[in-house]
Amino acid sequence: MPTTNHDAQSAKLARRQARRASLFETELVRTATVQAFVLLAPWRMVRNPVMFVCELGAVLSTVVVALDVVRWSAELSYTLAVTAVLWGTVLLANFAEALAEARGRAQASTLKRTRKRTLARRVTNGGESEVASDELRQGDVVRVASGEVIPSDGEIIEGAASVDESAITGESAPVVREAGGDRSGVTGGTRVLSDEITIRITTGAGESFLDRMIALVEGAARQKTPNELALTVTLAGLTLAFLLVTASLWPMGRYFGVDIPIPTLVALLVCLIPTTIGALLAAIGLAGMDRALSANVLAKSGKAVELAGDVDTLLLDKTGTITMGDRQATAYVPLSGVSAARLAAAAMRASFGDLTPEGRSIVALGERTLGAGAPAPARDSRVIPFSAQTRLSGLDSADGHRFRKGAADAIADYLRQAGGVVPDPLRGLVESVARDGATPIVVAEDREALGVIALSDVLKPGIHDRFERLRAMGVRVVMVTGDNSLTAAAIAREAGVDDFLAEAKPEDKLEYIRGEQRAGRLVAMMGDGTNDAPALAQADIGVAMNSGTQAAKEAGNMVDLDNDPTKLIEVIEVGKQLLMTRGALTTFSIANDVAKYFAIVPAMFMLAIPQLAVMNVMGLTSPRSAILSALIFNALVIPMLVPVAIRGVKYRPMGAGRLLRKNLFVYGLGGVLVPFVGIKLIDLVVGATGLF
Amino acid sequence: MTAPFGLIVVGVAAGLSWPLGRAMTWAMDPGEPQGRHRRRLETLLRSVAGRSALRDQDWKRYCLSLLAFNAMMFVLGFAVLALQPVLPLNPDHKGALEPSLIFHTTASFTSNTNLQHYAGEVSLSYFSQIVALMWLQFVSAATGIAALAAIARALSGRPNVGNFYRDVLRASLLVLLPLAAVVAVVLVLGGVPMTFEGAAHVTTLEGVGQTIARGPVAAFVAIKQVGTNGGGFFGANATHPFENPSYWTNLVECGCILLVPMACVWMFGRITRRVRHAVVVFAVMGLLLATGASLAVRSESRPAVALSGLPVEATGNLEGKELRFGAAAGPVWGALTTATSNGSVDCMHDSLNPLTSLVPLAGMWLNVAFGGVGVGVINMLLYVIVAVFVSGMMVGRTPEYLARKVETREMKLALLALLVHPLFILGGTALFAASSWGAAAVGNPGAHGFTEILYEFSSATANNGSGFEGLRDGTVPWNVATGVVMLLARFVPIIMPFAIAGGLAAKRPAPETTGTLRTDTALFGVVLLGIVILVGALLFLPAAVLGPIAEYLAAATT
Repeated sequence: MPTTNHDAQSAKLARRQARRASLFETELVRTATVQAFVLLAPWRMVRNPVMFVCELGAVLSTVVVALDVVRWSAELSYTLAVTAVLWGTVLLANFAEALAEARGRAQASTLKRTRKRTLARRVTNGGESEVASDELRQGDVVRVASGEVIPSDGEIIEGAASVDESAITGESAPVVREAGGDRSGVTGGTRVLSDEITIRITTGAGESFLDRMIALVEGAARQKTPNELALTVTLAGLTLAFLLVTASLWPMGRYFGVDIPIPTLVALLVCLIPTTIGALLAAIGLAGMDRALSANVLAKSGKAVELAGDVDTLLLDKTGTITMGDRQATAYVPLSGVSAARLAAAAMRASFGDLTPEGRSIVALGERTLGAGAPAPARDSRVIPFSAQTRLSGLDSADGHRFRKGAADAIADYLRQAGGVVPDPLRGLVESVARDGATPIVVAEDREALGVIALSDVLKPGIHDRFERLRAMGVRVVMVTGDNSLTAAAIAREAGVDDFLAEAKPEDKLEYIRGEQRAGRLVAMMGDGTNDAPALAQADIGVAMNSGTQAAKEAGNMVDLDNDPTKLIEVIEVGKQLLMTRGALTTFSIANDVAKYFAIVPAMFMLAIPQLAVMNVMGLTSPRSAILSALIFNALVIPMLVPVAIRGVKYRPMGAGRLLRKNLFVYGLGGVLVPFVGIKLIDLVVGATGLF
Repeated sequence: MTAPFGLIVVGVAAGLSWPLGRAMTWAMDPGEPQGRHRRRLETLLRSVAGRSALRDQDWKRYCLSLLAFNAMMFVLGFAVLALQPVLPLNPDHKGALEPSLIFHTTASFTSNTNLQHYAGEVSLSYFSQIVALMWLQFVSAATGIAALAAIARALSGRPNVGNFYRDVLRASLLVLLPLAAVVAVVLVLGGVPMTFEGAAHVTTLEGVGQTIARGPVAAFVAIKQVGTNGGGFFGANATHPFENPSYWTNLVECGCILLVPMACVWMFGRITRRVRHAVVVFAVMGLLLATGASLAVRSESRPAVALSGLPVEATGNLEGKELRFGAAAGPVWGALTTATSNGSVDCMHDSLNPLTSLVPLAGMWLNVAFGGVGVGVINMLLYVIVAVFVSGMMVGRTPEYLARKVETREMKLALLALLVHPLFILGGTALFAASSWGAAAVGNPGAHGFTEILYEFSSATANNGSGFEGLRDGTVPWNVATGVVMLLARFVPIIMPFAIAGGLAAKRPAPETTGTLRTDTALFGVVLLGIVILVGALLFLPAAVLGPIAEYLAAATT
């Protein structure tokens, strides 16, 4: 079981990888290049104050070029070069944003293909009429038969069907969707494979999750997230500060009788303002959404993805998330005087008719323990199915033996009725099994109790490690289960969760979330059922499974297309990575300024104050070459960092202190040192041209 | 006795600041329950302040009261100075002052700057010195302490930040007055005059008549040093033998520069209950201060350029120094008085070696190495917010400070407050350097003259008050420009942090986890130090290059 699960997981990852375009795919680059020019429009640039100032500088410098041409000034080659690099900087910044947008659009278009116009059979007052899928309104009722495509998101109100959702999830195995219960939601674009269902449409045309997600990754509906806004304000503030520094230099120069050329001032300004992060900020945000999408999570807003990085408490359902979906027989515990083999054989016989996963696991365990000596199902035996009255099940064999299994008290009743006795040690045995976190099932043969089968929750492979990683990030994991607290405590211990909520009703979950929020914690949870909806809405991050009910999907702020309950962990990592990338590139951008100062400031005043040559620590060829080199470096850094912006800064779960130290070292110290080397190298090239 | 001077001053002040911080917390934020004596004291304070002191205020009302109170003090100071000829305690019959000088002086003392475009012994009566200036020296310092206490309360999450009038009384009567009284007595014992008699007219041994100015100097000097005011009784400030007669008074006065600003850090830590965070902030400030002071001493141990090649070259730069204090005392004092916003001077800053003069300038540009009483920590909070924002993102969380999220509003306010500084320093310098207001006022040509202009605006903006001198700044344009700058640069950076703290207080605190960025670690100290230096360097390096660095390079290569 674990191995197949692992295979499925890696297959899924491979599929996602395939859907993800490589970074500089030709087609994407071409689209982005065109878009980079479109984005030059001032009303689009003004959204990004740093690059807007950069564009204004380029315009100003262009005016100077025009004047130089008119006067045929000797400065022309220099002015022209500065102006060209300035425009290049703006275009490269636009290119970064456009590339991230194009990638999002490419992702979306694969999803979009599923949203082709289809004909729907709308049910109207007893009749049926054919309408186009995009004319469907919320509340319409449609019928979909096998082989047809579900026209829009909705909820099954009648019938059950197997549905192929591979178009959305990439998962080829069909899933069963049925009216009522927690598996009634269907997504537009998926195909019914068998049977016929009646669906009530829950979203109007253009409003489905898919539509919203596509709008988000395409950047059309993108609003700045809170942190993005705060960073934009910060960068605008820094830009204003450097505007002040450069603007005041001109009059200060007048005091020394120096007229600093306008292009030089603009060059200094553009080098100092945080163009690197300013250029990549939009791309980082888009890439974050893109990463969420390639994890098959549809976020309703960029804000939700960003917020995920702040999660303090994670509520996870035990079944299917922490443990495998079903309990498995893990041990036979015979009463004294009974051989383990006898108990195993009896347990197997009692379960031959039980086709539930639990029953099968009892048979499987028996086969493993007894090997060749295991009994085989006899043809003429009579199966006693589970009934609510007796609360036990079993089998009457052809030779007159009666095998029964059930909860301890049900078996006790059965034994008393059959005239047998309940042995005293049985109770102790049952309790000790329960204490270990397993469910005790008592096995009886005829009038004699033989022992107990331990049905345990089997932890999902690797779950302990995942919780370890979460703890390193500072996230508390809370397990939610319907089990009694004794069992819950045992599983909680084994899985390594921080807290558990036993015998949990939906209200308890809601109350727990509220309690955590009152303490200032940010809570994330995952759910699928209608009764999860209030808790999903209350949680700061509510991830609904795509297979879940419409109510759950409406209540959450993300939908997981894979229905993978551990997806929250990935979502948290995407959120953290998003913020870290912003922080790291901001630090890098500001740290870069140190070297640029050493290049430009002495160059500006070299004529008036020749002694400033001492400050030319990089030994740059000439003042003009120094200014140009710093400016070119500043522009080239943008495309060089596009991969970091789009892939995100590498995130490994660790404490805040270690993370900060690592990022400071790489992006802070690196940010100070790299430009010294870069500017020097560029200067070697620029100087070699002999033009400046 | 050269090198140890700085060590003794900084070491002793740091040592004394810890108990003083405790006492200041007791004075400013007694908390509940209060003992019987303290309750009686509070009742007394309330009866002094009247009804206005009864009600607790939110941050907005607190700010309004602060501004209203300071406006009243401005009017009072202005009136006293304007009416000087008709007011009492004027034994030497000092006349009326020029109106723009009255505005400048009142703005200067209200804003805790004490930039002086006059010489006290020449222009002011004892009444003006005491009722206008000394009074303002107390209440402006008290305003700073009150503001810090209130901001600290807000950051600890209290919706009511206290009452301004109550706080300003506590700061004046329980902190500044006792401290100044002790210092004044020590100074009198050290030989500083304290008299209301007019100037002495004497005939010297040579038979020449001489007028020797004197007055209530000890009281004035005490609050001047304790409250980071820095405005001297005499024009020559702490170099004057009546303000600062000996090595020992020099030691006491120099230590007093640091005492209250240092203690403010501890008070902040105690009120917010984040003493470890305060330790980190203190360490960063201390490191900046120590670096500045040692660079100054080192650079000043070289002879002045004019003396190079002459037989006297062996000594350090003695130009403009008071030899009774030793050669190192001047630069140490210069570094301390500008790192804090004190601004008293102990040597001629105009005569410092070019690179030494970079130290006082840098101190005023950063304005956070303990800074002014109360406001130094408030300034540092702005840098802390920026540091938290940048490094908070780097650990993958929405940035938080003291368990509260730092978002758009906080960043907007913090940056606006930080921008005030370069705006006035660079803007003012640029305006005056390019126009005849500056070019005609400088005492030296070239880079040195540029430094004179730069220094004056730095001093006004940082609310420092020290003068580079050499600049003819007693004119209407200088009086008006620096007067306005001092007032704006004083109150804008107080109100913005109030708004930040008030906004943070209203947010739901988040618990701290292993994923949270901690602000009480050495690592955060490194980040904070880096941010302060980087921001300071990026903003002011071009100006520094044009002024002191160009002068140094020019002198070094000729």
